[in-house]
Amino acid sequence: MSFSRATRGVLLALTGLVLLFIHVPLALVVLNSFNVSRTFEWPPPGYTTKWWSAAVDSAGARNAIVVSVEVALVATAIALVLGTMAALALQRFRFFGRDTVSLLIILPIALPGVVTGIALANAFLTMFGIELGMLTLVVSHATFCIVTVFNNAIARLRRLGGNLEEASMDLGAGTFRTFWSVTLPMMRSALLAGALLSFALSFDEIIVTTFTAGQGIQTLPIWIYQNLFRPNQAPVVNVVAAALIVLSIIPIWLSQKLAGTDESVAAAR
Amino acid sequence: MLWLGVLYLGSLAALFITSLWTVDAFGGNIERIWNLDNYRDLFTIDVYRTITARTILTAVAVTVIDALLAFPIALYMAKVASPRLQRALVIAVLTPLWASYLVKAYAWRGMFASGGPLDDLGLSPGYGLVATVVTLSYLWLPYMILPMYAGLERLPDSLLEASADLGATTRTTMRRVVLPVLFPAAVAGSIFTFSLTLGDYIAVEIVGGANQMLGNVVYDSFLTGNNLPFAAAVATIPVVVMLAYLGAVRRTGALDSL
Repeated sequence: MSFSRATRGVLLALTGLVLLFIHVPLALVVLNSFNVSRTFEWPPPGYTTKWWSAAVDSAGARNAIVVSVEVALVATAIALVLGTMAALALQRFRFFGRDTVSLLIILPIALPGVVTGIALANAFLTMFGIELGMLTLVVSHATFCIVTVFNNAIARLRRLGGNLEEASMDLGAGTFRTFWSVTLPMMRSALLAGALLSFALSFDEIIVTTFTAGQGIQTLPIWIYQNLFRPNQAPVVNVVAAALIVLSIIPIWLSQKLAGTDESVAAAR
Repeated sequence: MLWLGVLYLGSLAALFITSLWTVDAFGGNIERIWNLDNYRDLFTIDVYRTITARTILTAVAVTVIDALLAFPIALYMAKVASPRLQRALVIAVLTPLWASYLVKAYAWRGMFASGGPLDDLGLSPGYGLVATVVTLSYLWLPYMILPMYAGLERLPDSLLEASADLGATTRTTMRRVVLPVLFPAAVAGSIFTFSLTLGDYIAVEIVGGANQMLGNVVYDSFLTGNNLPFAAAVATIPVVVMLAYLGAVRRTGALDSL
C-alpha cells in the first residue's frame, strides 16, 4: 500500500471515531429499551423487559405498523412497474427532451421532502380537489419510490447494453417475449434491490406523509412522532425505536445476499 | 414517465401559482387573487429572513461537517482496509442508513437529554441549534460517505503508488491525486446533505429547542395556520436555493454520478 504507517494509523483512528459516532446513539436506544426508569435515567438503575411486552400490547403501534406495511407494499408495486418502464423507455429509445427527462428524475430526490410534500398536497387539494387520504398517500409515496427503482433499473440497463435483446429479436421473439425471457431475468436483482429500498423509504417516510395523508391515517413514523413528546408513552416509543433498529439489519442482510457489496452501495444511493 | 412529469412538475408549478394567491382573512378560504403579498411578507418580515439565513447556514455547516467526517472513513474503506474489513465497514456504515430517520433523531434526543450520557460527561450542549446541526450531520452522514467511497474505489491503487514513487509526500498525494477524485463525489453527496437539511423540520422539533427552520414555517402555515399560499411561498425558497445549487454543481460533473 502506498500510505505510510502513520497515515494509516491516523485514518484507522478517525474511522473508529466516526463508527463510534454512528453507532453509540443507536446502541443507547436499544439499551434504554431495557431501562427500568421511565425517564431513561442515566446510567440505567436496572434492566427489565416489561416495556417490550407493553409495546407488543400497544394497539396504536400495531395498527400503525399494518398501515405502514400496506402503504409501502402498494407504493413499491406501483413504483416497480412505472420505474422499470421509465428506465426502459429512457435507455432504449432516443426521443426529444431525453436529457430534460433525466434531470426531472433527479428532482424528487434533490428537492427537500417538505417541498415534495406540500407541492403534492397542494396539487391534490387545489387542482384535483381530492380529499387527503389513503389514495393521495400511496400516490405520493409511489412518486419518490419510482426514482429509486428507476435508478437501479437504468444502472443495470446501461451495463447490459442491448446485444442480447437484439439477438432475441433476430431469433424471432416478439417484443413482449424478449422482455419476459431476456430483459427481465437480467434485471431481476437490480429490480429487487430497488424494490427493497423503495419499501424501506416508504416505510420510514414521515415528511411527505404528514402533508399528504390527511387526518386519521397513522403510519408508524407518524405514530412515533405523535407519541414522542408524551412522557408516559416514552418507554413504549423507545421499544418500537429499538425494534426498528434491530429490524433494519434485515434489509442489509438481504441486499448483501442479493447482489454483493457493490450493488448495495449503488442501491443505497 | 407521465406520472412524474405531470404529477411532480405539475405540482411544483401549481405550488408556485398557489403562492401568488391569498387567504381570506376571515373564512380561511383560498382566494384566487393574483398578488405578491406572500413574497413581500417573506422578504420584509425579519423573522423569516432570520429563519432563512439560519436554515441555509445550518445546511452549510452540516454539509461541511459531513464532508470532514466522511473523508477519513471513506478513504480508509476504499484504500487501506482489507477486502474483508471493507465489507464489514460497508455494512457498518449502511446499517444506520436503513435505520429509521425518526429513530435516529430520537436517539440523539436521548444523547442530549439533561441527565443523559453526554450530559453525564459534561458535553451536552442541550437542545438547540448545536444539537440540531449534530443530529442532522449524523442523519445524512451515510449519504456523504457512500459517494466518496464509491469515487475512491474507482481510483486505481497504481495511481497512488505512482505518485509515491515519483517522490510525492503523503500530503502532496492527497492534494494532487485523492482530492480531485474526491471533489465530485463530495459534491454529489452534498446535494443530499444540503437539500435534506434545507427541508428538515422534524429533527429541529425533536432536538432543536425553540429554534425554527424553513420547514417548520411551511409545516405550521400549512397545517396549523391553514395558510396554503404562504406555505407555498416559503417552500419556493428551498426550491430556488436547490436549483441554484444544482446549476452551480452541474459544471463539476457530479450530476452524472447520481
